Amino acid sequence: MSALVECVGLTKCYTNGVPAVAGLNLAIEKGHIVGLLGPNGSGKTTLIKMINGLLRPTEGAVLVNGKEPGVETKKVVSYLPERTYLEAQRTVADMLEFFEDFYEDFDPERAKEMLASLGIDPKARMKTLSKGTKEKVQLILVMSRRAELFILDEPIAGVDPAARDYIIRTIISNYNPEASVIICTHLISDIENILDDVVFIKQGQIVLQMSVDDIREKHGKTVDAYFREVFAC
Amino acid sequence: MAWEMDNGRPIYSQIVEKIQLRIISGYYPAGTKLPSVRDLAAEAGVNPNTMQKAFMELERSGLLTTMRTSGRIVTEDENMIKEIKETIAKQEIEQFFNKMREIGFSPEQTMNLAESVYKEDK
Repeated sequence: MSALVECVGLTKCYTNGVPAVAGLNLAIEKGHIVGLLGPNGSGKTTLIKMINGLLRPTEGAVLVNGKEPGVETKKVVSYLPERTYLEAQRTVADMLEFFEDFYEDFDPERAKEMLASLGIDPKARMKTLSKGTKEKVQLILVMSRRAELFILDEPIAGVDPAARDYIIRTIISNYNPEASVIICTHLISDIENILDDVVFIKQGQIVLQMSVDDIREKHGKTVDAYFREVFAC
Repeated sequence: MAWEMDNGRPIYSQIVEKIQLRIISGYYPAGTKLPSVRDLAAEAGVNPNTMQKAFMELERSGLLTTMRTSGRIVTEDENMIKEIKETIAKQEIEQFFNKMREIGFSPEQTMNLAESVYKEDK
């Protein structure tokens, strides 16, 4: 079985010379929901940006579907960045149109349905929305693509617990068995039950890749508790 | 509302127990069809692959059977359901006796106390 995402000796050095990602090896299979977990500054966002082709590796390679990140891979990767890039002056409906123009695999009906169930007015301008609502809109846009790989950088940090439950259910029910989801977050206990595997990243390297139930079976504790142990300060 | 899960035990085995409980309590009666993996995963708030694993475990035990066209159904073997029900009930009772022993009640004292509490409730 070939991996959907493959990183080999992946390294990224910024100008200060310290590698943010240091010779990282990682394979993510199709149909898996993976939690990318690590403390602040461990290289999570740098890794994600390289998978998305927003940063170029200093050394090593990252392949998505066997290809280097570029036009072809962007067609199949749906990315939720940690900060919003949506135009403040535009309305939510404008954003839907924008996504529909931009991505062949965008499903506007699905997006409208999700906006309705979270009570978000499509006519509202982005700048009038609260921080949490903006995040919900952004996530709805990203999850409404029929992509092969979803990469969600901190998808639930800014939203209230009730919406969090809805979002988690959305991830489960929208997800197709051929697609993979990478979720990067600190809120481990909220998403632990929906993950297949967890990847622990520390100082730019993978220190553990294991299924959630294997961690629970081997260590007799939740992933959240195990994370606290591994990364104890 | 997502299903309540205990800390530190594999999620799939907790799902197995939960579905077992639903079957023996009659929530999913013998011979009826179960929701799809995806629907039940969404209800429980768990990964669909984990739900799939739990289903396979329940199939191995014979409690569920896969129909080629209509998904999974609960076994029609009422005796099997009854046996599992009794096994689980016995386990619960043993645990209860153990707990009572820890706080200093012998099985006889526990029985007497249980009887008087039961009468009071009525």
